[in-house]
Amino acid sequence: MLLPESASTYAPRVDQLFWIILGITGFFFFLVQACLLLFILKYRDRPGQKASYVHGSTLVEIVWTVIPALILVGLTIASQKVWAEIRYPSLAPATSLQVEILAEQFAWNVRYPGPDGQFETPDDISTINQLHLPVGTPVKIHLRSKDVIHSFFVPEFRMKQDAVPGLPQQIWVEASKAGQFEIRCAELCGLGHYRMKGFVTTEPLAEFQAWLTETKANE
Amino acid sequence: MSDHPGFIKKYIFSTDHKVIGIQFLISSLVFMVAGGLLAMLMRWQLGWPGQPLAFMEKIAPEGMPGGVMVPEYYNMLFTMHGSIMIFFGIIPLLVGAFGNYLIPLKIGAPDMAFPKLNALSFWMFIPAALIVLSGFFLEGGAAASGWTAYPPLSALKETMGIGQTMWVAGVIVLGFSSIFGAVNYIATILNLRAPGMTFHRLPISIWMLFTTAILTLLATPVLAASMVLLLLDRTLGTSFFLPAGMIVNGEMLAHAGGQAILWQHLFWFYSHPAVYIMILPSMGFVSDVLPTFARKPIFGYKAIAYAGVAIGGVGFMVWAHHMFQAGMNPALGTTFMISTMVVAVPTGVKIFSWLGTLWRGSIRLRTPMLHALGFISMFLIGGLTGIFVASTPVDMLLHDTYFVVGHIHYVLFGGSLFGAFAGITFWFPKMFGRMMGERLGKIHFWLTFVLFNVVMFPMFVLGIGGMPRRIYDFTQYAGLVHFLQINRVMSLAAFGLMASQFLFAFNFFWSMFLGKKAGDNPWEATTLEWTVPSPPPHGNFAGPVTVHCGPYEYSVPGAKKDWTMQTEKSLGKGH
Ligand code: HEM
Ligand SMILES: [Cu+2]
Ligand SMILES: [Cu+2]
Repeated sequence: MLLPESASTYAPRVDQLFWIILGITGFFFFLVQACLLLFILKYRDRPGQKASYVHGSTLVEIVWTVIPALILVGLTIASQKVWAEIRYPSLAPATSLQVEILAEQFAWNVRYPGPDGQFETPDDISTINQLHLPVGTPVKIHLRSKDVIHSFFVPEFRMKQDAVPGLPQQIWVEASKAGQFEIRCAELCGLGHYRMKGFVTTEPLAEFQAWLTETKANE
Repeated sequence: MSDHPGFIKKYIFSTDHKVIGIQFLISSLVFMVAGGLLAMLMRWQLGWPGQPLAFMEKIAPEGMPGGVMVPEYYNMLFTMHGSIMIFFGIIPLLVGAFGNYLIPLKIGAPDMAFPKLNALSFWMFIPAALIVLSGFFLEGGAAASGWTAYPPLSALKETMGIGQTMWVAGVIVLGFSSIFGAVNYIATILNLRAPGMTFHRLPISIWMLFTTAILTLLATPVLAASMVLLLLDRTLGTSFFLPAGMIVNGEMLAHAGGQAILWQHLFWFYSHPAVYIMILPSMGFVSDVLPTFARKPIFGYKAIAYAGVAIGGVGFMVWAHHMFQAGMNPALGTTFMISTMVVAVPTGVKIFSWLGTLWRGSIRLRTPMLHALGFISMFLIGGLTGIFVASTPVDMLLHDTYFVVGHIHYVLFGGSLFGAFAGITFWFPKMFGRMMGERLGKIHFWLTFVLFNVVMFPMFVLGIGGMPRRIYDFTQYAGLVHFLQINRVMSLAAFGLMASQFLFAFNFFWSMFLGKKAGDNPWEATTLEWTVPSPPPHGNFAGPVTVHCGPYEYSVPGAKKDWTMQTEKSLGKGH
């Protein structure tokens, strides 16, 4: 419900944070709207209704400053744990699987290093707008842009990262289930931005390797 | 000056702060209508992608040949919609119109400190807008890189035409206009307060306008400087924001040495404070309106005042929360998540204090009050949804999706604009000496309130579902096609929302000439502007003004009436 299906190992962690925040903000949403409505109904200027001459209350003011502050500290700590795990290079899982994505107006150029594990060698395997990833193996993605800024966004992975010219990025993802998903460009990149679409196929490792071989053969 | 200045001198090139305020008011409202109409075209395309809109063929033959919108035109529409609403709608409305009109009247001064600078500020604002809008009539059309104008897209001749250059030039001119205004507000509030008007007796609206002026003064020069750099990149081939090795249309560009995300740091260093420039004044107006119609002192005056200052201060340290996914060091993401969460605390304090003001009041539900209550209810949603995007991991899903578009509108429309409606309906009698139609005012409020939510609330659902913003045709994505129905409903509601605004325009101009006469103090309010005739004469106050008490002395026990003017001595403890 609400969220797209989840297809990466960290997606459930992000979703958990999302639900926690929805719960907390939902609580304050109903609290404030209910008070607002109640006060409007209860303290209407009916005949005989007299306003009281109150300027505030230090105690109440401290309470409603400190409680939200503590909740926000909690949220910050919880978010930071997930953030560090996904983003800090030092915490990225070790992996030998790599793929390079070069964004350009208006396509995703995908390249695998081939059996030698090195880019820029004859055994590289290239596709356009077709990204295949094995399920259950972390993959390091080298993300670059050829021209303007684009953004690599796969909602089911809960991953979004801008591709910035002159500033190569490294992200990682471990697919958690087999399926077909869309890459949606999330940074305005010109008149074709809306159709800068790619496809991710996640599949068992053996099928992934078979796909690589087949793609190389068809090049 | 002669005793009978001619029409031109009196109404066009006037240096009277009230005339300038009203000039800002009417011109910013006109620009907002223009911005709204552009949004209607976007809503057409989002509800009925690729369907022709026959009459548009005549108006925009290149953007909508045969009435069918082309992608470039859609990009121009949201760029100009956002730019107009922010730079030529909300900011001049809140700061230009209300700042000019209210500051001298509320602090007991005859005019602004620098009346000529003030007039110059207005007369730079109009050309700035015309320069930006001129793009629509130039080769290649208007700017189309979003109101945020990220380079390289915005910086290259290959990707953006002359319209983008005009956009940059216009925003620079506007920057100077804002800076002149800010200098003036600060000087006026610091130096021209009437005897007895201490800082702690200033109405909250003045506190907020003062904080806003400081933000403007500190942040706008950064915007102007970055715009100049962008202009140089565009016109003289420099490379401030352009790295080496870019290949556009199959050709390697000669640029080298720049950094694309430098722009984002500079732009948001201005534009995040600008978000507060766009909300603090409205918070101020609401803080003036609530006590007046609840007949009660404001709850926690100092907390509200200093929370506003705190929001302004911390607001300078949160800019990179717009850049969590932009490729900066993830440790910076952590830093800016922390500062952003901090800013939520004083925001919460304000909301609770407003509730406290209503508690045990005697609430008069007149039109300004309805808008003020609508502000609290809607701005709350804007604020709470901010917490989702402040959480860096959740922002990975929501950044640059419709969730953010929803958040923007709950803050800027639900917050800033409802606050502005509260302010306009509240001070209209002072400005024009006549009351606005109450029935029409209420109908306008309810239509706006309900339709606004129908247009904007579903945006959160779309965003969570993965629909990117700034998308000409979302049905390109198989995974988004099922959002078509909901988009149609949003579009229909948007057309109704726009139409409702003409009720307001009608009420505004009709009441200006035919409304009921207002008298000096129609709302039985306490602050200084209500001690003078409506409209106030040139020079505002007939004689010297002395202030004896705080701004919200309502329902003081033992007093003869339930409001004590600031020029009277209060029997209560409201210093
Ligand atoms: C008449 C009611 C309005 C409607 C129907 C409307 C509709 C929209 C839509 C659909 C977008 C997203 C376009 C896209 O990303 O493809 C948008 C963007 C935006 N709107 Fe509105 N809007 C309205 C009023 C306002 C107001 C009152 C403000 C500000 C005071 C505002 C400020 C913005 C801004 C800043 C953007 C972002 C522009 C960008 O992406 O560069 N809008 N609006
Ligand atoms: Cu794009
Ligand atoms: Cu911001």
